[in-house]
Amino acid sequence: MRQAYSELMKEISAGKFVYTGELEPVKTTSLKEVLEGAQTLKGHVVAVNVTDNPTAFAYMNALIPSYVIQRDVGVEAVYQMTVRDRNRIALLSDILAAGALGIKNILALSGDHTTVGDTPQAKPVYDLDSTTFVYMLSKIVDEGVDLNGNRVEEPPKFNVGIAANINADPLEPEILKLERKVKLGVDFIQTQAVYDVERAKRFMEAVDYLNTPVLIGLAPFRSVGMLDWMVKFVPGIAVPEEVQERIRLADKRGGKAAVLEENVEIFGDLARELKKTTRAKGLHLMAIGFEHIVPRIIERAG
Amino acid sequence: MVRKKPMDQILAMIGECKNLLILGCDGCAGVYQEGGRKQVELMKTAIEMAEEVKKGRKVNILTDVVERQCESSFCASVVNPVIHNVDAILSLGCGVGVQVLADMYPNTLIIPGHDTMFIGVEDRESGMFHELCKACGSCLLYETGGICPVARCAKSLLNGPCGGQSKGKCEVGGWKKDCAWVLIYNRLKDRERLDLFTVFRAPKDFREMQHPREFSASGG
Ligand code: SF4
Ligand code: SF4
Repeated sequence: MRQAYSELMKEISAGKFVYTGELEPVKTTSLKEVLEGAQTLKGHVVAVNVTDNPTAFAYMNALIPSYVIQRDVGVEAVYQMTVRDRNRIALLSDILAAGALGIKNILALSGDHTTVGDTPQAKPVYDLDSTTFVYMLSKIVDEGVDLNGNRVEEPPKFNVGIAANINADPLEPEILKLERKVKLGVDFIQTQAVYDVERAKRFMEAVDYLNTPVLIGLAPFRSVGMLDWMVKFVPGIAVPEEVQERIRLADKRGGKAAVLEENVEIFGDLARELKKTTRAKGLHLMAIGFEHIVPRIIERAG
Repeated sequence: MVRKKPMDQILAMIGECKNLLILGCDGCAGVYQEGGRKQVELMKTAIEMAEEVKKGRKVNILTDVVERQCESSFCASVVNPVIHNVDAILSLGCGVGVQVLADMYPNTLIIPGHDTMFIGVEDRESGMFHELCKACGSCLLYETGGICPVARCAKSLLNGPCGGQSKGKCEVGGWKKDCAWVLIYNRLKDRERLDLFTVFRAPKDFREMQHPREFSASGG
């Protein structure tokens, strides 16, 4: 077990049930929205993930907003890093920069393939995969050397997280893959969005033996459009009929405001249920662009 | 273009197998005198000697050569009659040959005897082709049930599957093609070798794949 360097890991180690949020620096040079989002989340979550070119859309480098929200807002960042766009040299370079800027959490990801993004002509890198990236991070943090054994002066101190596909079907290869990563030095796991308590329970039972803190992902629906998109285009994500129905009805009833209220109920209750019935150490709330819902879900979760 | 794997690696992969078929290939590997009749016989002698010295046991070794290991019909006529008498096939073809055999005989261990360095110029007839081998220069088909993640996983992951897998299909191309890592998982599970699935594969040494490549069949 690695020492807790970040607030996130300190709270988890102290046995607190934690919440994390998520921000997305998009195709802009402005940090305005990210900072506002962080401000809204402050005090409600222990740390905020900053996404790294999600679904292979080319956005602002996640390191900058990770640093700025820590400095200006005082919310800890979980700096997401994918291996899609950088080879091992560029990864090391950014890791050292992150260390210099006081980043304490890195989420090691493979990243969606370039062909699914907004720049599909790009050459994907995948010099490492997310597993070998975890291995690299462990070497740097725990041993103070890079992949080739070259010494790193004043090595950075990070806690390392990974993502899990909670909806994976088949599930077993996913679990076995997590096991392989955990052995290399993983401090926490954040899962993709789940909408169904039974699936979450099944997953939590399957990973119990890994003895690694899991934060279950929840992604409320900003709009019916987002719901439709999830149902149609994101395979593996199962949104129960009943949930879909409730959101759609709310939209008909009272538009955006009603959808928001319905979300608070649905996800607040889901959060409470997960908190009560699983061994999750916390929840990862992904409400990009409508962070104001997060405090309300947490409040309802109790 | 292929290069013989170090003998220690080959012996490790053979493990406890008692009945082995060494199968050469008279296609590319044979033409360049790496996997033809003569190399198959040399390999047989080398294994017999090494097994006797190192493990003090006798291995029953059959040998044969197919015209082109990358064509299943050629393999079938040679291998079908003997497949029930062997626990493993040591392929002296390239990474494509190993995978053709592994698909034909999913319950038999297919051992890559070569590291495929690169695929030279070859005319191919029309029709569908599936890329099976990127000639990466350090063949890991032994660990992956004879299914190559370097060529068949869209991200060439060594420790997959990634989160883009759904119902066994790959996110690249809209969930129509098989996820190589689920194929690998299924194959290894059927063969009760999930221990190989969970092995950690360290970052790859890409020097072997740098282009433009050159290779001398005499071991360069
Ligand atoms: S691992 Fe794959 S790419 Fe490398 S030699 Fe074997 S079959 Fe070819
Ligand atoms: S879905 Fe499977 S084949 Fe596709 S990139 Fe991921 S691991 Fe590779």
